[in-house]
Amino acid sequence: MVAFLNDPFTWTGSLLRGWLEGLGLAPDLVTFLLQVLGALVLGTVMLLLTFILIWAERKIVARIQDRLGPNRVGPFGVFQTVADLLKLVTKELITPTGADIIPYNLAPLLAVMAVVGIWAVIPLAPTLIGANINIGVLYVVAIGAIGTLGIMIAGMSSNNKYALLGAFRTVAMMVSYAVPMMIALLIPVLLSGSMDMATIVEAQSPIAFIILAPIAALIFFVSSLAEVGRAPFDLLEAESEIVAGFHIEYSGLKFGMFFVAEFLHAFTISALTATLFLAGWKGPWVELYPLLGLFYFIIKTSIVYFVVIWIRGSFPRIRIDQMNNLNWKLVTPLALASLIVTAIGEKVAVEYGINRPIIHVGANAFLFMLTLVLIRFNARAARSRVKGNSVNKAVAASSGSSQGS
Amino acid sequence: MLTLTQIVFLIVAAITLLAAIMVVTSRSMVHTALWLIMTLAGIAVFFVLLNAGFLAVVQVAVYIDAIAIMIIIVVMLTQRSMGSQDRQRSKTWWAAVIAALLLFGGLVLMFAQAPLLGAEAPTLTVGPEALIEELGLALVDVDRYIVPFEVASVLLLAAMVGSIIVAWPGRMSQEQEDES
Amino acid sequence: MIPLSWYIIVGAALFSIGIYGALARRNALAILMAIELILNAVNLNLVAFWRYLTPNIVAGKVFVLVVFAVAASEVAVGLALIISIYRRRHTIAVEEIDMMKW
Repeated sequence: MVAFLNDPFTWTGSLLRGWLEGLGLAPDLVTFLLQVLGALVLGTVMLLLTFILIWAERKIVARIQDRLGPNRVGPFGVFQTVADLLKLVTKELITPTGADIIPYNLAPLLAVMAVVGIWAVIPLAPTLIGANINIGVLYVVAIGAIGTLGIMIAGMSSNNKYALLGAFRTVAMMVSYAVPMMIALLIPVLLSGSMDMATIVEAQSPIAFIILAPIAALIFFVSSLAEVGRAPFDLLEAESEIVAGFHIEYSGLKFGMFFVAEFLHAFTISALTATLFLAGWKGPWVELYPLLGLFYFIIKTSIVYFVVIWIRGSFPRIRIDQMNNLNWKLVTPLALASLIVTAIGEKVAVEYGINRPIIHVGANAFLFMLTLVLIRFNARAARSRVKGNSVNKAVAASSGSSQGS
Repeated sequence: MLTLTQIVFLIVAAITLLAAIMVVTSRSMVHTALWLIMTLAGIAVFFVLLNAGFLAVVQVAVYIDAIAIMIIIVVMLTQRSMGSQDRQRSKTWWAAVIAALLLFGGLVLMFAQAPLLGAEAPTLTVGPEALIEELGLALVDVDRYIVPFEVASVLLLAAMVGSIIVAWPGRMSQEQEDES
Repeated sequence: MIPLSWYIIVGAALFSIGIYGALARRNALAILMAIELILNAVNLNLVAFWRYLTPNIVAGKVFVLVVFAVAASEVAVGLALIISIYRRRHTIAVEEIDMMKW
């Protein structure tokens, strides 16, 4: 029992392997079957988790908006999502005429695949990780951008101008915000010396990376929000703007897959932020009971997910030109500057032996102050431009009226 | 009896070559782009089979997530030019077939005469972490490969600036005003 | 397990298919995609030779990274050129883009 609690994957794996090899299969085939089984379990658990996520979001956003949210189906409305899923499943799957059949059906699969694939490298507990590859961060970047591909294919194959426009805008936004996200992902790699997610979590031993690199955490969080397409960056599915974006022509369970992919993606980026910046599964007494790490991981991820929902309920939507300005004029230069400052800070701390956290916190504070000064400078210049225009117009109007009268 | 690795290799090779043939013979440009993505994914699987996992992930991140999306966007922008009803093959396509077959035959004949081709893969002495660390160190080592690394970065910068300037719509609107 | 010749044959086949595509298609974008096939075949060759002949020397993989960078920049500039040509001539069939100026 104690062995099971310490390392459930390996214990169950050896039990199953003994049973399967007893049936007379080759060891290679047994390994392959066990890996397939592990992948199936992880994927199914993640997809079933979406029920709780959607329910939590609806209740919290409702409370922020001073109403109750679903509270009829089951205690506190817990089964509302099940009812919605049943309704979606029983809807008719209408395929528009002139749509490419194979890309049209492939796009929801790609969107879900991109999200569930990220969960393979996230360390859930000290001994609980799907695949401990040593380039975990790069794998997350690569698989995450396959979702962008799915959305582009969905918009292209729908034979609908609005779907195409929505897909273009979505892909432009996702590709733009992928740049600062990747740069901000490099900073925990720099601070811990490895791209392996398990090593990054273990390198946050005394101090979590959110204290050593708060600007990087903020940039990663904001860019991931834009990547997912959550509010305030949800112009992709703004019903008032472009009908429903790239998934206009999808109905029934195919739309349900896009829906599930979006919510699960929001939870996934919360998990990534918790792993990379909040020290994943670390907490008191984790060395004694490794499975307690799973508990801490869930708590940290839920806190970040609550912040994501909080942001959704509080901010208005951003226009697409404001979003482009924000990305290329603020977030990307800040991410690059933060990377350079962190690299210099690491080198200085190693060479001259000064205390590492003090250097990083000081450098980040300096960068923050510099950014605020530059933003204030920029805002004053823009404001004086606008005020100069309105003053000139008022003078011209008064002189014109005095001449006319 | 084929081992599991050989079966996987044959399946992936068949899928990749089939997708490549569909790339060059498909009538619709959208389908061509999608078959290209399948070919690129197949090559990534080959890289994993060859113990170059880092290159496989870089292949997915650079080719599929950047280049393929750019190609799909440009396909959508220029789709009105050649619909799927026009012919996609040039008038001298039979010469291209002959050239391709001759090239393939020549390459295979040439390689069949090299003695080391039946060689099995030597076992790797170091683990994957050491391979990637060695690659990283070689790219920034002054005695080794820092010059190609820096030249590649300058090339990417030049390509970025150049493509923005070439695709800038400003000049064309001026020329339209000149013409009218 | 898998002899080197199998990888070489797959690489040569991809290269030949890419050559056919670059020579026989009318659409400029399709030619660009065929060139991508050629570059991928070259990458496959490089990595196969690295793995089977010199797994201790890292030069093969460095070459592959440089080919990645070159392919990415070439596609970027090529696509910008195609968009620019489409704006002026309203066609991207390479047979119709054969005069420099009229």
